[in-house]
Amino acid sequence: MTTTSFTQVLPRVLFVNRHAAMGVLGDSFVASTKFEILKAFESPLLLPEFLADQSHPVSAIIAPVAVPVTADLIRLLPNLRLVVTTSTGVDHVDLVECRRRGISVANAGSSYSEDVADTAVGLLIDVFRRISAANRFVKQRLWPLKGDYPLGSKLGRKRIGVVGLGSIGSMVATRLEAFGCQISYSSRNRKPSVPYHYYMDVQEMASNSDALVICCELNDKTFHLINRDVFAALGKQGVIVNVARGGIVDEDEMVRCLREGEIGGAGLDVFEDEPNVPKELFELDNVVLSPHCAYTSLEGLEQLGKVLVGNIEAFFSNKPLLTPVL
Amino acid sequence: MESIGVLMMCPMNSYLENELQKRFNLLRYWTSPEKSVFLETHRNSIRAVVGNAFVGADAQLINDLPKLEIVSSFSVGLDKIDLGICKDKGIRVTNTPDVLTEDVADLAIGLILALLRRLCECDRYVRSGKWKQGDFKLTTKFSGKSVGIIGLGRIGTAIAKRAEAFSCPINYYSRTVKPDVAYKYYPTVVDLAKNSDILVVACPLSDETRHIVNRQVMDALGPKSVLINIGRGPHVDEQELVKALTEGRLGGAALDVFEKEPHVPEELFGLENVVLLPHVGSGTVETRNAMADLVVGNLEAHFSGKSLLTPVV
Repeated sequence: MTTTSFTQVLPRVLFVNRHAAMGVLGDSFVASTKFEILKAFESPLLLPEFLADQSHPVSAIIAPVAVPVTADLIRLLPNLRLVVTTSTGVDHVDLVECRRRGISVANAGSSYSEDVADTAVGLLIDVFRRISAANRFVKQRLWPLKGDYPLGSKLGRKRIGVVGLGSIGSMVATRLEAFGCQISYSSRNRKPSVPYHYYMDVQEMASNSDALVICCELNDKTFHLINRDVFAALGKQGVIVNVARGGIVDEDEMVRCLREGEIGGAGLDVFEDEPNVPKELFELDNVVLSPHCAYTSLEGLEQLGKVLVGNIEAFFSNKPLLTPVL
Repeated sequence: MESIGVLMMCPMNSYLENELQKRFNLLRYWTSPEKSVFLETHRNSIRAVVGNAFVGADAQLINDLPKLEIVSSFSVGLDKIDLGICKDKGIRVTNTPDVLTEDVADLAIGLILALLRRLCECDRYVRSGKWKQGDFKLTTKFSGKSVGIIGLGRIGTAIAKRAEAFSCPINYYSRTVKPDVAYKYYPTVVDLAKNSDILVVACPLSDETRHIVNRQVMDALGPKSVLINIGRGPHVDEQELVKALTEGRLGGAALDVFEKEPHVPEELFGLENVVLLPHVGSGTVETRNAMADLVVGNLEAHFSGKSLLTPVV
């Protein structure tokens, strides 16, 4: 009897765009002996041609927010069994289509919840204490000319309303507690084990808050959740920080409120139509803008790489996903 | 009390000015072009001086004011007051402790985040339209990084408490070990710097602590660690700091204070790993009002023969 050695065909995982982390960490970002990476971005061919050109089918895809997993894309990948996103949010994945076809979906879990929470707190302090604006003031050589910089607003005892108390929202809350802030939250469900005041209605929370920090996911129920009524309730001294998704906030309304002084300030990492940012915001000193990079620390991305690899390896060894969504 | 001369050394807060004006004969030092003539004219009516972090009461001023009874500082730092001479002459000194502790600590953390996560640079990136050309580069995580605090007084302790909420291990240097504190003590600032990702200056300025952050400390910090100064400019050897930053030997710095405010070394303006603030540690409406109330309260107490609220000397 002869023994046959099997040449194992490793599962192929499609990478459509070069991820920022690869620029720094290289291929080691998602290296594994248990699967093979197919880098579509290294080919001059368009995606459909590139895929048609492959001898072995793709069974998994790494899907950053910039690569929406639509029904059309799924159609190009008939052997697709797993979608792994590089974000916690999965609003860019057609979950209905995935469910229909039995495709599993995993997300980034809380790989960078800490980084996002840190940025949320950083933006909040920046707006209240005018850090970016004052840094500009000094670097533009205005301090000797203009003297003292306008006063900011104390963080201690401010009432902060956290919208969405998932892993990011909880981390924002525990951080801000250390600054003497009073935390309340709004969420799909009340969380009984949590010491913060619960509001079912975001508008009611806004009327009792000095600032709102948006940490929830974007879905049908949260689209434009932060609207004209919420801004009116938040009031002229109120501040909004958004590290979640641009679509949760009615951006046009927010811009109008900021320009007309109907709210006090904003710290924004996300926008409705990235990378486009309403240029009216550039004239405002009480606004701090960030190019959707609340999550991109080197350490956070290393952690993300581990979660991506962990999910893919688990799936193809028939083990449970680490951070399943579907 | 309207006849009591109170000399205010520089513009510092309009609420304070108004409150002093209501109660005393307020003399504004900065409005006089001829300072020596001004002092000569008013020397016998000035019984109190109100100073701040920029200008206080040095030996010369104190000697020029024979009727001076009290110096009430609109700051917690006392480095601009000649405490020795005040003690010798029986002149009382008050400051504004506690009311500004939280604001300064909040700013220290805000500076750490602004520096490590490049918030100011991110804001600039978006405003300049560069985001349309590509994503911002990777930044450095704050949570979990070790924070080394020079001086574990009220402000240092408040900074530690906030950093702990970010899961940061806390180290400190102090003149003596603090027995009931769970943080790791280092006997020298160099040792503290070697073992910390983020070094924060939070001690009072004195002869002993001048240039406490020197070249050796900066070398111990190195290109992967950063310096945060919310103390006083002279705590740091500014010339060495500029060299360390421009030569890439220090990872970054966030500074609220400078050796010769409002002047900031030119070389720092173009550096993306540097955040610069115009001495706003206690700069909120709420805190400045509370500080003003303390200054006024101390003066009122003194001139009505009551106990001072926050005496130093």
